Amino acid sequence: MPEPSPNVALFVTCLADLFRPTVGFAAVRLLEAAGCTVTVPRAQTCCGQPAYNSGDREDAAEIARRTLPALEPFDYVVVPSGSCAAMLRLHWPALLADDAELATRVGAVAAKTWELTSFLTDVRGVDSVEAAYEGIAVYHDSCSGLRELGVREQPRRLLRSVAGLTVRDLGAPEECCGFGGLFAVKYPDISGRMVSDKADDIEASGADTLLAGDLGCLMNMAGKLKRRGSAIRVRHVAEVLANAGDAAPPIGESEA
Amino acid sequence: MSVEVPTSHRFPDNARAALADATLQRGLASAKLGFRVRRSEAAARLPEFETLRDEARDIKNHVLAHLDLYLEAFEQRVTERGGHVHWAGDAAAARDIVLAICRAAGARTVTKGKSMISEEIGLNAFLEQNGVEPVETDLGEYIIQLRGEAPSHIIAPAFHVPKAEVAETFQKHHKSLDPARPLEQPRQLLEEARAMLRDRFFAADVGITGANFLIAETGATVIVTNEGNGDLTQTLPRVHIVLASLEKVVPTLEDTSTILRLLARSATGQEFTSYTTFSTGPRRGEDLDGPQEFHVVLLDNGRSDLIGTELQEVLRCIRCGACMNHCPVFGVIGGHAYGWVYPGPIGAVLSPSLIGIEEAHHLPSASTFCGRCESVCPMRIPLPGLMRHLREREYGRGIPPAAQRWGLRAWAFLAKRPRLYRLATALPVRLLGLVGRRRGAFRRLPLAGGWTAERDLPAPQGPTFQALWNRAGGRRERPR
Ligand code: SF4
Repeated sequence: MPEPSPNVALFVTCLADLFRPTVGFAAVRLLEAAGCTVTVPRAQTCCGQPAYNSGDREDAAEIARRTLPALEPFDYVVVPSGSCAAMLRLHWPALLADDAELATRVGAVAAKTWELTSFLTDVRGVDSVEAAYEGIAVYHDSCSGLRELGVREQPRRLLRSVAGLTVRDLGAPEECCGFGGLFAVKYPDISGRMVSDKADDIEASGADTLLAGDLGCLMNMAGKLKRRGSAIRVRHVAEVLANAGDAAPPIGESEA
Repeated sequence: MSVEVPTSHRFPDNARAALADATLQRGLASAKLGFRVRRSEAAARLPEFETLRDEARDIKNHVLAHLDLYLEAFEQRVTERGGHVHWAGDAAAARDIVLAICRAAGARTVTKGKSMISEEIGLNAFLEQNGVEPVETDLGEYIIQLRGEAPSHIIAPAFHVPKAEVAETFQKHHKSLDPARPLEQPRQLLEEARAMLRDRFFAADVGITGANFLIAETGATVIVTNEGNGDLTQTLPRVHIVLASLEKVVPTLEDTSTILRLLARSATGQEFTSYTTFSTGPRRGEDLDGPQEFHVVLLDNGRSDLIGTELQEVLRCIRCGACMNHCPVFGVIGGHAYGWVYPGPIGAVLSPSLIGIEEAHHLPSASTFCGRCESVCPMRIPLPGLMRHLREREYGRGIPPAAQRWGLRAWAFLAKRPRLYRLATALPVRLLGLVGRRRGAFRRLPLAGGWTAERDLPAPQGPTFQALWNRAGGRRERPR
């Protein structure tokens, strides 16, 4: 049995904070519906991946060190992103391993950090949501969530309960979309070809909606689809699950 | 294209050229799918596949912890059986050793089985310069030798050459054969190459092969092939030279078979390759065939420097090629763009270690860290983690361009200071949101050229989440 009303810290992620607050509010709504008391600790910014993946280990470790105290008081830390959740869960401990005291503390936070859909299903035992969405969606498995955290079935299980929605798989579901953080900017030609192949796959699926659990990948794919003039609607999975479709137009679209 | 002069520093240009090469693109699209499907089916058919991966990793970790012991044991066994072991510190030393053996044998031609070490040390060009003609006998290697190209894949050297072009290459070079012969099927191409190579096998004075394993317990070297060319290369000539890097050593025959069960499945999806050939010393009195001399050249070339460092794990590699077959970057640019012998994820880790981070710094950076290479690597090498480590070295040496470093530092500065971060982000994000609202995305934006060259940038919604949460009076402290 899940605990009655755990205290959950929402780690918003910088992309949701800056580009798409709707994702943060959708996450709060889903967590509350799952019986959690949600807090958004003030002292949070970014999980540190831009620095960590660019070879700036020192800054990444410092970001982890300074964010840690804000997350410690909670029963769980929930993140609406597979790659940021994996950063907290798997890479923060590696970054702070040298200091024994910090290592214990970061280990405790890592162990209670979850990706949103996986938290809802695996920890809270949620298997359906109150939501409706008319359309056919393809779900893109973001690489970190899929391979570092094993998130695959969880979002699909929740999406199956959304009234009016059909979910399909992509032809090459394990293929990276070509985002890779700064990779997309440093190697635009390669990244561009990868996301172009992904857009082909999405369009060939016959879906009218693209869903995923990571804003980085979503912005990359939405940006490519938009550039091609595609009418496919792109949304974070939390928005559909929380019935937040009216709160904002799809990613990359203007308000109608 | 010469392998001795790496072009890894020109990686972005190389990649751009590869992306624009329509023939290459068609080949890549079809080839990668075949490799992936066959590997996953082969892994699924073997229930103990995942356990074997753990065992294989442990075997190699053990070897690397006692490398000197196992290499000495191997040398001793080889010597006992009448063979010779030569230690080569670097590529030049290895080339000199091979040439000296060829000269002593009075060799004019040498036949060669597939060997990545030969590519690594640039052996063919060196032998030619010194009057010894190398003849590649692996079909793929033979094709690219005729074309004067470098391999583009570690198990499929002619990965980049479409079948039709192979036929053209043969028609151009095989003057003595019937020009009307059909060359549409892979089988026919193989027969054609065999017909040409037959005489070369008999004429060769020295045969050079690589090695997939060196067995410390018996002094045997092992190669796996699908064409059987390796056997002819090593049994027909008077002298057999094995080229191997030192981390190829394994303790026992038993260990060899554990790793062999992973190798072909990971590489081509076969249970075993068609030929697995063991060579143990020169021909003995009662043997029916075999060389009169048996030499093993053990190449270090920077590998022993990796022992005891964060990069040590890369030395577990068995060169199966699975990482590149599953790599989304390799999948769109192919092997040549990497600019040196080893492409794909393994190359991204190995090349900077062997030719220097200054030359090869792009390779570990040109990864999305999607992690698929690590998920299929039979030896469980944490390739993305090792690439990240190399990025740390690159960053530490100040190689990334100043603008990029400055941008990163500025972001990190804010990320460490939540209050400042909220102040600094709220207004710009709001303005961007206002400007972008009409279209919902930007086609072009100052400082975002790399992004908007390929795709639109979705506009921010407006106020940040943090600002909106404040406004809504959302909970900021854990309730007691
Ligand atoms: S790194 Fe792993 S997957 Fe890549 S070639 Fe080596 S053993 Fe195979």
